[in-house]
Amino acid sequence: MAKRVVITGMGVVSPNGIGIPAFLNAIQKGISGIRFVPKYEDLHMSCHVAGIPEFEWDNLKTYISEVSFHGLKGTNIAYGITAALDAWADAGLPYDTDEPRWETGCVFGNSAPDSEATKNVINKVDNREVKKLGSRVVEQTMNSGVTSFISGRLGLGNRVVTNSTACATGTQAILMGYEYIQSGLAKRMLVGSGEYIDSYIFGTFDSMRVLSRKFNDQPERASRPMSASYGGFVPGSGAAAFVLEDLDFALARGARIYAEVLGGCANSGGQRGGGTMTAPNPAGVTRCISEAMENSGIKPGDIDLVSGHLTATMADKYEIQSWAQALGRSGKNFPLTNSVKSMIGHCLSAAGSIESVACVLQIVHGFVHPNINLEDPNPEILSIVDTECLPTSMIKKEINIIAKANFGFGDVNCCLIFSKFKN
Amino acid sequence: MTREEILNELKKVIAPYTTNKEMLDGINDQTDLIRDLKINSANLVDIIIDAEAKYNIEIDYDSADKMINVGSCIDVIYDKLDQK
Repeated sequence: MAKRVVITGMGVVSPNGIGIPAFLNAIQKGISGIRFVPKYEDLHMSCHVAGIPEFEWDNLKTYISEVSFHGLKGTNIAYGITAALDAWADAGLPYDTDEPRWETGCVFGNSAPDSEATKNVINKVDNREVKKLGSRVVEQTMNSGVTSFISGRLGLGNRVVTNSTACATGTQAILMGYEYIQSGLAKRMLVGSGEYIDSYIFGTFDSMRVLSRKFNDQPERASRPMSASYGGFVPGSGAAAFVLEDLDFALARGARIYAEVLGGCANSGGQRGGGTMTAPNPAGVTRCISEAMENSGIKPGDIDLVSGHLTATMADKYEIQSWAQALGRSGKNFPLTNSVKSMIGHCLSAAGSIESVACVLQIVHGFVHPNINLEDPNPEILSIVDTECLPTSMIKKEINIIAKANFGFGDVNCCLIFSKFKN
Repeated sequence: MTREEILNELKKVIAPYTTNKEMLDGINDQTDLIRDLKINSANLVDIIIDAEAKYNIEIDYDSADKMINVGSCIDVIYDKLDQK
């Protein structure tokens, strides 16, 4: 019989808050984590704002050994370690172990390995200084660097996987962990994702002209999902992690349970039917949402809140159309809908995991966080959804079921269904 | 530079790569880097690179292979400094 999967620990490194209490406070109050970044102006980029966590590098020493800390430069890895080890401790589990934890695996995702670390390799190799690279470079330039640090610190002995599906990476990491536990392959999975938008990753998106550039002098107003004055996404950075457990396994150890993962779906539109490298095939999106509901045993009417992908580009209206079609709901009957990106920007590979932390917090604390910067909802969206469904200030309300989706470059989709835990 | 001086400098080079600080304080020629100081074998490469930078010398592969304990590390560094 399929196992039930519950969330017993969470950790987050977000532009508007590091650690669960700070992040909860920020999303309840609608605090923006978007800042002006002088370096991006210096580099002649069009977008000069970004969401970057106020991360204290030296704090890492409390998570990993001094030897491991020395020579660590990869910011994405640092974010991932912090989120993952915070989630682990939050689940009431100790870091140290002499034996591998055979029952626990890890799925942690990222997009590119650290490109600043990679630049250092390229420079040294081209300067004929290969001998000076040292032993710490490979671990920080391989894509599985983050999972290797996490699994090594915690002695994780089940399957350890690095996933990468662009903006769907974080939600897919959670879904993969869910599937391993549900099918009985693992008792516990540490899942999540991270992203560090350094100048090189930032530049590639800037060149595509998909980034916000009209609010450079008003950073906190720059990320505007579903707004009529949307102007591209604001890149963000960070990481988030979850401890997922087999329900019986969690109950047996008396674990605190935040919420349940009822199920989900990951698919691809195949870059057909309107789908391209950068735009989703609407049929793929609606199918993904429908199958996520079916796999979770819920009906469209059960959904209290949609946590959208909603990046503040022209794709927002198509996304809302797909939700309306998949759910068969519109106007005032459309579920409440919000986008964490209005506060933290689009954290790319980290988006799905950070936004999922927001989902679980809304279930646990009974609220719907505001969409900030939505003083002018896009009329094309309002032709599908009543404005009351798009809250601009926090709503206190019992939330039982949330649908969380992310859609990524390469026409990949992932949708998760989170539920309040009821035994 | 005397062997004593090199030993004291070497302690600083090795420090970031061992968590065994008490052992580091009392190292002598016989102290084995991997067995006694519990240094990850991959980190030996970093110690060699750091030593090259510190003493402005070049340590070739054959010499590096000899750097197993503190005494042999000092020997190699002493020789390379002598050849400058």
